[in-house]
Amino acid sequence: MSASLAIQAEPRVVLSARGLGRDFAGFTAVNDVDLDVEHARIHALIGPNGAGKTTVFNLLTKFLQPTRGSITLLGQDITHTRPDKVARMGLVRSFQISAVFPHLTVRENVKVALQRPAGLAVQFWLPLSALDRLDARADHLIGQLGLARWRDHRAADLSYGRKRVLEIATTLALDPEVLLLDEPMAGMGQEDVAMVAGIIRDVATERAVLMVEHNLSVVADICHHVTVLQRGEIIAAGDYAAVSADPRVRTAYMGSEA
Amino acid sequence: MAAKSETVASDHVAAHPRAGQVRLLLVAIALAGLLVAPMFLYPIFLMKLLAFALFASAFNLLLGYTGLLSFGHATFFGGAAYFTAHAVKVWGWSPEAGILLGVAGAAVLGLVMGAIAIRRQGIYFAMITLALSQMFFFFCLQAPFTHGEDGIQSVPRGHLFGLIDLNRPMNMYYFVLAVFVIGLLIIRRFVNSPFGMILKSIRENEQRAISLGYSVQRYKLGAFVMSAALAGLAGGVKALIFQFATLTDVTWQMSGEVILMTLLGGIGTLLGPIVGAGLVVTLQNYLATSDVPVTIITGVVFMVCVLLFRRGLVGEFFATKIGKKLGFRAES
Repeated sequence: MSASLAIQAEPRVVLSARGLGRDFAGFTAVNDVDLDVEHARIHALIGPNGAGKTTVFNLLTKFLQPTRGSITLLGQDITHTRPDKVARMGLVRSFQISAVFPHLTVRENVKVALQRPAGLAVQFWLPLSALDRLDARADHLIGQLGLARWRDHRAADLSYGRKRVLEIATTLALDPEVLLLDEPMAGMGQEDVAMVAGIIRDVATERAVLMVEHNLSVVADICHHVTVLQRGEIIAAGDYAAVSADPRVRTAYMGSEA
Repeated sequence: MAAKSETVASDHVAAHPRAGQVRLLLVAIALAGLLVAPMFLYPIFLMKLLAFALFASAFNLLLGYTGLLSFGHATFFGGAAYFTAHAVKVWGWSPEAGILLGVAGAAVLGLVMGAIAIRRQGIYFAMITLALSQMFFFFCLQAPFTHGEDGIQSVPRGHLFGLIDLNRPMNMYYFVLAVFVIGLLIIRRFVNSPFGMILKSIRENEQRAISLGYSVQRYKLGAFVMSAALAGLAGGVKALIFQFATLTDVTWQMSGEVILMTLLGGIGTLLGPIVGAGLVVTLQNYLATSDVPVTIITGVVFMVCVLLFRRGLVGEFFATKIGKKLGFRAES
């Protein structure tokens, strides 16, 4: 960890939250969360079930409106920006429950993501073959993530793990500045976990990644920075070694996972 | 690691390699049938059928391909009928200009209604469209140019492009058929376009579409306006066929009727609404002269369909082995 920290000469914060909070009918799901996600780093958000990790994701991507606090993306305040606009600004997320377009093929799934940046999303007068020029880029991404063999299969027919990989491929198709991955490895076999970890490490060389992950060995392995959430509040933050040594983190995990 | 084991092979019947040719042949036969039909059947009846088939197809663009249930499509159909009738009769416009005005008017109405309704989903969306179309109904009842209960009567059909006399039934029939075919080609292209692909992805997973940066409300509004404009095309043509525009075409019953036609035939298929419209119009036509109340019969037919053919007549056919062999597919 210390080696990779040294490489990072001047950290550039691309996504930050200050005093982020969200109440649901009197229940405080997330409270006073400060986060700084840096370019070319992998930032993990961990914590026991129900700690509010996905809520934080929903707040950051503006799928939920925060009750308190502010969010800044690439120097711009996005506290009151619509979610689709946030995505266009370069903050793209994946979902905890795999989010693919089930009746589209693997290739079509990726192409839907490519359509908007290519300016091919509103042409109702052109035939579908107008999208053929996205094939090469889509196939490249599909190949990169090892899905080439399933290119023409419907997404609904893929195994769970491959659906997650497809989701990452679709997300990467947008070439986002900041990538938010909600449990990208949940439900995956060991080989797939290693592969996806490798992919995430690769993509993080030129963009920021914030991921929710339960697999702590993956977190220890690839994440530069870890934030621990419990009952909607941050109880520890730092690199993995520091965080895992924190007594409060140990109690939180022992309490929930014993 | 057999790739085959990954695919769910169960209800998957591969299309026959020459299915495309067979489908093309079927379309050609249907078109040929429509070309010779007025020699055997009453042209007005056939034209009514085509107009409603186009109306239902326009409606299906929204329900079947966008997943929005509008309960106010009579506004666009009946509204366009008024616009066309008024332009042709009072202003003396040519029939093609009158119809285009109807289409434009319906598109504007669609833009207004869509912009208000699109923010809500499901039943709330349907209720808002119903409420707005009722407002439009009362507007049509009160506005001077619609002539209230009388409607706009004896609308002249005129000469198409100043050349073709539409007062001759055969000319009028082939004009309506041409409009119908063009309307369907527009719908077909719209569905199978880059825009249609985004609509499909929104219908499949709206949250994911948002997270990919698509402002889904704008896409839905686009589909709504397109559907309204095409419903207007059907309405404008209808005004010329019957040579009048009345309040009947803007009632909520008309909105309900087009839903019935589309569901009967099968949503999410190009053919479904056409078959549904054909069935309903034919039933109405044959029962109109009998003592049996039409609405009861269509109601019973609808109930039977809902109970037995969930996917509609065409949808059920597409789901059979023969349908799959022919490569037909309904949008689910």
